[in-house]
Amino acid sequence: MAGFPLPSEITTPPGAEGWQELYSYSSTCSPARAAYEDSMFWFQDGVHWPKALLPWDASLMELAIMSLSQYNTRHLLVPPANGIDYRIVNGYTYLSPVPAPEADIPARAEHFMQRAGHYFMNWNELYDNWLVKIRDLVKEMEGISFEPLPDIEPLEVVTSGAGKGSGGDLQANYLKLLTCASTLWQYHFEFLNLGYAAYLDFFGFCKTAFPGISDLAIAKMVAGVEVDLFRPDEELKRLARMAVDTGITDAFKLGDVEGTCEALRAKGEAGQAWISSFQQSAEPWFNFSTGSGFSSQDKIWIEHVEIPFDFIKGYIDNLQKGDDIARPTEAISAERDRIVSEYAALLASDEDREAFNGKLGLARVVFPYVENHNFYVEHWSHSVIWRKMKDLGGVLAKEGFFEEPEDIFFMKRHEIPDALFDLFCAWAAPAQPAGPSYWPPIIAKRKSIHAALNQWKPTPALGTPPEVVTEPFTIMLWGITSDSIASWLGGGASDDGSLGGMAASPGVEEGLARVIFGPDQINEVQEGEILVAPLTAPSWAPIFGKIKATVTDTGGMMSHAAIVCREYGLPAVTGTGFATSTIKTGQRIRVDGSNGKVTILD
Amino acid sequence: MTTTITWFESYWAGMKSEVGGKAASLGEMTGAGLPVPPGFAVTTSAYRRARDESDLDAHIARLLHGLDITDTDMVSERCAKIRQHIATMPIPEGIELQIRGAYLELGARFGMKDVPVAVRSSATSEDSPDASFAGEHDTYLWVRGAEDVIDAVRRCWASLFTDRATCYRVEMGYEHRSVEMCVVIQKMVHPKAAGVAFTLDPTNGDRSQVAIDAAWGFGEGVVAGEVTPDNYRVDKVMLDITKRIVSEKTHEYVLTDHDTVERVETLPERASAPCLTDSEIKAIARLAKTAERHYGCPQDIEWAVDVDLPEGDNIILLQSRPETVWSKKGPITVVAPGQKTGDYMSSIVSTLMSPLYTKGPDGS
Repeated sequence: MAGFPLPSEITTPPGAEGWQELYSYSSTCSPARAAYEDSMFWFQDGVHWPKALLPWDASLMELAIMSLSQYNTRHLLVPPANGIDYRIVNGYTYLSPVPAPEADIPARAEHFMQRAGHYFMNWNELYDNWLVKIRDLVKEMEGISFEPLPDIEPLEVVTSGAGKGSGGDLQANYLKLLTCASTLWQYHFEFLNLGYAAYLDFFGFCKTAFPGISDLAIAKMVAGVEVDLFRPDEELKRLARMAVDTGITDAFKLGDVEGTCEALRAKGEAGQAWISSFQQSAEPWFNFSTGSGFSSQDKIWIEHVEIPFDFIKGYIDNLQKGDDIARPTEAISAERDRIVSEYAALLASDEDREAFNGKLGLARVVFPYVENHNFYVEHWSHSVIWRKMKDLGGVLAKEGFFEEPEDIFFMKRHEIPDALFDLFCAWAAPAQPAGPSYWPPIIAKRKSIHAALNQWKPTPALGTPPEVVTEPFTIMLWGITSDSIASWLGGGASDDGSLGGMAASPGVEEGLARVIFGPDQINEVQEGEILVAPLTAPSWAPIFGKIKATVTDTGGMMSHAAIVCREYGLPAVTGTGFATSTIKTGQRIRVDGSNGKVTILD
Repeated sequence: MTTTITWFESYWAGMKSEVGGKAASLGEMTGAGLPVPPGFAVTTSAYRRARDESDLDAHIARLLHGLDITDTDMVSERCAKIRQHIATMPIPEGIELQIRGAYLELGARFGMKDVPVAVRSSATSEDSPDASFAGEHDTYLWVRGAEDVIDAVRRCWASLFTDRATCYRVEMGYEHRSVEMCVVIQKMVHPKAAGVAFTLDPTNGDRSQVAIDAAWGFGEGVVAGEVTPDNYRVDKVMLDITKRIVSEKTHEYVLTDHDTVERVETLPERASAPCLTDSEIKAIARLAKTAERHYGCPQDIEWAVDVDLPEGDNIILLQSRPETVWSKKGPITVVAPGQKTGDYMSSIVSTLMSPLYTKGPDGS
């Protein structure tokens, strides 16, 4: 079988020489591990990390992968699957699932039944507790502050007998933030793979009873009606309706946020009420990233209020045109009931119906976690982490370690304690810190390397693919199947020149393509176009009312993009591998979301 | 109350004796949302009036007097005379006007003058409703124009007196008056495409799927297996098209200018083009699903997409019969009888290790 380039064969893109310096030594390929690395199969994770990683951002990727692995391997002992090994190659994340040794599987199964069984048995209670834990964690992170070091410590520091001060706090708080981030990611995977396991069990039952049933049909039976991931969009709609109902829409005709707010305040009570309602929605719901949440560079609604404002303006226009923008929850719920009862009626026996109902019941108990965790972790908690890191960046920038607070993301996580030590020492003496002369050239060099890495087009996979993909979570989370690997090897195009991908949301549409590479380009998307992007984020929801269909390079059935597309009833093909490099804006394309096929018609 | 004309859509069960088996079934199907080719029935009361207002009974009695049913020559000659008489006898004026009116109305529904119709016999008999010799009664296809329709109606009436039916009644001692004839007049289907559909996947018995085979033109080629048809699977619940294979449909059966069906080579570009649109595929699946619900078991149907009918109403059911192969085996069972269904942990463990996922969520 043909393969992909080996990790050791990948060359450095021009201008990116020395890129390994941007990442921790353990995350990149090395000669000592080359034989192992070349023997494994690695796929690129463009769902979460579509662009070259920034040095500090890589930390959250590493924490995520580590946490996933520890639950599979050390906590729950998922019978066939250990964790995932990862490498950063030219700035991009490559993953390699680690199977459990065949001989260990029976013993692991025993442990798994006991451990996972405890979670399934007590799911609701544990999930309620999880929601408390995650909110406490957010609160804890919000409580961390990074302030410039004072000229003299306040009197209370002395009189309280604390016996320690701001310099030590700065060091400790950074470590505390890192610890919180690690806890966050452990929480994330506390439930996730269990959720998928129960889902897969129902999935497997359906596929046995109805070999031809689509993944979508199964997803629809399980999907929740009220989902936190849609809540930010719901809040936008609510605010748009409020503006219409209270007759203050003309304030939104002004271009910018400040002008609008001024006009709203001038409207007295109604305008004021709207502003405070917006502020209420914003915490927590607008802690929403325009990307996957994994990049410090993605915009967050609450920090870029113009984004939710623009979406609200769009919804106000819709309402004034007489469109119904409400999410038809009753219809969604009735449709879900219809689907379930029709499939149940087609089953062979009452025993089958009982098993079907039991498995569906469990899948529905666990699925809210699968659907909702993304908001709490990647959006809300990450927003807080990025904000705090920028605060810390502000402290270092003020002391001349670098120019902009955001430059801190060009430091590796373990370089920051050194810089803080440097700062603390020099402040205490006082003396001249080394940082202001040491860091700026390093950061400038890293910026140019990073820019060069972003020009590299990552190959979808490395190494020799397995005969068949068996690891259930790889299939669920990343949409990596034997078929998708085969299609990558073929350069994406099939015999008839069409691109293949996952049939993520059914239906067929034809239209003009709009290829965009990130959330900054969202505004370019015109009514009735077909969106083609490396991936989409849930926070792009409001433009889904405009477009006819979606095509992405990466993502599986359960990718966030797929969930939102199904919600909006738009055809979607995900995980095509090559859509953004094959399709050009303005080309006519046909998207067949039922069969996972994209055809360029021009 | 007696009516001369009954449109399929206004049929109800109480009319069965007035319209005979075939028309009753067409009316019942129309009422159940199974779109047979549109049309109407000329009820038995029309036949009775025509018979009673003429000298038909006396004529029959005279001709059949002393009939020796073992003398085939005699039977053949006398029955032919009766049929000839009926085929030319006058129809009461009111009845003829009603038939003409209904025929014009049928054509007007599709904006067609002289709409081609099938004129079929639908016999009834109080004594033996099933002994109607359905196969022997006449059917006239591609009848155009009111004049020819009236003629065909009379000839259908005449087909009550085929040699065999007549002998049968004589032998059994049934009154010839006891059988009456209703005539069905139905638009001829002029298919853009036609084919068959199963309400299960014939490759594995999956009852969640509708399997459709389709080719250009009339369905003869598909039914006989001489054309490789386009093949579709539609999920019965979601009504999504889950599989599509478009084949090289090298020839097709088309309607000629003189109302015959002829086999022709298909132009290459057309041969490789899908013969159904997505909405037609889904409509056929809905139709198959309705037929299965109506008859209460998996069905094997013949259908056509009629070029004369407006989109949305152009899918026609030609025939529905029980599917036999998989129906005997029963649906796929997952849980063996007596097996416990509550042990979800073992089930989850085996799911995680199941080879089902080796090929990925979307199967094959």
